Amino acid sequence: MIRRNLLQALAAAVVAAAVPAQAQKPVELNLYYPVAVGGPVTKTIDQMAADFEKENPGIKVKPIYSGTYQESIVKALTAHKSGQPPHLAVLLSTDMFTLIDEDAIVPIDGLAGSAEDKQWLGGFFDSFMLNSRTGGKTWGVPFQRSTIVLYWNKELFKEAGLDPEKGPQSWDEMVEFAKKLTKTDASGNVSQWGIKIPSSGFPYWLFQGLTTPNGAVLMNEAGNETYYDKPEVVEALQYWVDLSAKHKVMPAGVIEWGTTPKDFFEKKAAMIWTTTGNLTNIRTNAGFPFGVAMLPEKKRRGSPTGGGNFYVFKKTSPEEQAAAVKFIKWTTAPQRAAQWSIATGYVAVTPAAWDTPEMKKYVQEVPQATVARDQLEHSVAELSTHENQRVTKALNDGLQAALTGSKPPEQAMKDAQREADRILRAHRR
Amino acid sequence: MTAFRPSVQAQITGWLLLLPALALLAMFTHWPAVATAWHSFFSTPKGSRPAVFVGLENYQLMLEDDVFWQALWNNFWFALGTIPTSIAIAIAMALWVNGRIAGRGFLRMAYFTPTVLPMIAVANIWLFFYTPQYGLLEQITGALGFPSHNWLGDRHTVLGATIVVAIWKEAGFFMIFYLAALQQISPTLGEAAALEGASRWQYFRRVLFPLLMPTTLFVLINALINSVRMVDHIFVMTRGGPDNASALLLYYIYQVGFSFWDSAYAAALTVVVLTILGVTAFVKFRFLDRRTHYQ
Repeated sequence: MIRRNLLQALAAAVVAAAVPAQAQKPVELNLYYPVAVGGPVTKTIDQMAADFEKENPGIKVKPIYSGTYQESIVKALTAHKSGQPPHLAVLLSTDMFTLIDEDAIVPIDGLAGSAEDKQWLGGFFDSFMLNSRTGGKTWGVPFQRSTIVLYWNKELFKEAGLDPEKGPQSWDEMVEFAKKLTKTDASGNVSQWGIKIPSSGFPYWLFQGLTTPNGAVLMNEAGNETYYDKPEVVEALQYWVDLSAKHKVMPAGVIEWGTTPKDFFEKKAAMIWTTTGNLTNIRTNAGFPFGVAMLPEKKRRGSPTGGGNFYVFKKTSPEEQAAAVKFIKWTTAPQRAAQWSIATGYVAVTPAAWDTPEMKKYVQEVPQATVARDQLEHSVAELSTHENQRVTKALNDGLQAALTGSKPPEQAMKDAQREADRILRAHRR
Repeated sequence: MTAFRPSVQAQITGWLLLLPALALLAMFTHWPAVATAWHSFFSTPKGSRPAVFVGLENYQLMLEDDVFWQALWNNFWFALGTIPTSIAIAIAMALWVNGRIAGRGFLRMAYFTPTVLPMIAVANIWLFFYTPQYGLLEQITGALGFPSHNWLGDRHTVLGATIVVAIWKEAGFFMIFYLAALQQISPTLGEAAALEGASRWQYFRRVLFPLLMPTTLFVLINALINSVRMVDHIFVMTRGGPDNASALLLYYIYQVGFSFWDSAYAAALTVVVLTILGVTAFVKFRFLDRRTHYQ
């Protein structure tokens, strides 16, 4: 009896809620957002959605936390194939070609054509847009983007007789520093490594931090050609391999990405390469002063960008797509981009965000945060092609083969290029 | 309308009672298997390009696919490494905790704990066990004076490292079956053997082990399935690396299906795995069953 009353009351409430809403035709947006576990990030996103709804009463935003990046694209594409895609999603910027090939997304500039919109799309850092455009169209909007930087332990620098305030500036300097920072105990075991560049999972990304300074480009803008076996690329790989094989300043074999920050906290590695997204983690857990530097230069400076873009999906109504763009515009506005960057450690995506008072205050507290921004002008697009994950895997396999010593660098890169050519053949016709 | 004859009615009732289970089984087991086989003869639909019939092309591709062959070999070694060892350890543990020893309940629970833990959590724990320099394993080998080794980063040790995790995970599970079987065996057999002057090894070899054979057969099939099915730890610990040295078949199928989005090729790979498993299970039931003594 009580239950029935409750149901009736509920039904009445639903009807009551629906009536005024119907008058305004609410647009409901599903947003797939990659978070594996709950935590501060989901709270920030929920808050953003709530704030947006308050300012835009006609639109409801429903964030759906869809796991890792990999799980998120699996879910988004499966949903797309079943005819019920999310309206918008944050997915890897490198998934652009995959999403285009699957005919899953719509170009943003088709939805945002006004002069003001053009200004908005032009307001992002150019290096972030490199992974967001192809064939003259903009397919993604930068949101949570990162880049690789070098972290160094100031205490260990001092112990080794190095200037604790200066990170290595060039490739040679990095080797020289690393040699001084590598410690061997009485029995000949290394107790502290000079440098660790992780190579598990997605070594291609860190490898771009070596190929870019060496003046090499790994793929064309159309995403149907790769240049894995160019001499500059082989040279970059030789340098990476030499760090452990020749100079003995980095452990041999593949170095796990996930444990690298911990190696740094444990003082087992004096310098590490990892994402700017780890800045907050390292600030919290490193029990010593540390520095952040741009990746060392060879012929030039350079690092790839990484991270996620907003995408708007096909098979949704024009009103929904317009609302989705409205939400994206709202979240990437300078002040909110700044808040997002401070909360997460990702690089704020527009120069305007760095000029907000909040960001200026944050930079005063955490001056290391500016390194990533300053590196952006030297940054290049992350490796991304048609058949992206397959083409990338060809390179990953080659890199790991060279780093584990089963193939010489030149052979490894030749094999990787041959495999990539085989896969991309169909996209060159 | 005449009434059905009782026997027909009984048959109809029987089928009707079977129907719910049958429908579920057909829908979620048989139909996907048949659909997978069917899709493996087509190309992968992409955007505007629909799937077309390509015959055996996906299977031809597989012959030239080095990663597939490597994954197949890896899986063979993985099975060979995990199955006999985990069964041997399971029997040894079961014999031990079956005896009258202090803290028996605690020991049994301790052996069973790895089974309860989710594989992802296990893999994360082991990832730090294997970490060079300060991982648990390195701390032990380091204290004994051995040089540091990058267990997961070396092509030669990575598969072995994942095999150890798998054994650790499933030996306790198999122990439970052996323990149950051991408790079914009448103690009079042991007493009789002792009277005849049989050594403990002879008693195990001639009496216990043959009586445990039905359990061994069951565990063997399960271990085989697990050796193909258990890939969660690969995702966390190695992602198939370095250079595919720890890629297992199911992991590769996932990669082809959900990273490369080549569903047709993934379907062809799945058919191959299904065939291998089917044939092995058939052989086991056909030949081992004959030598198995059921009480």
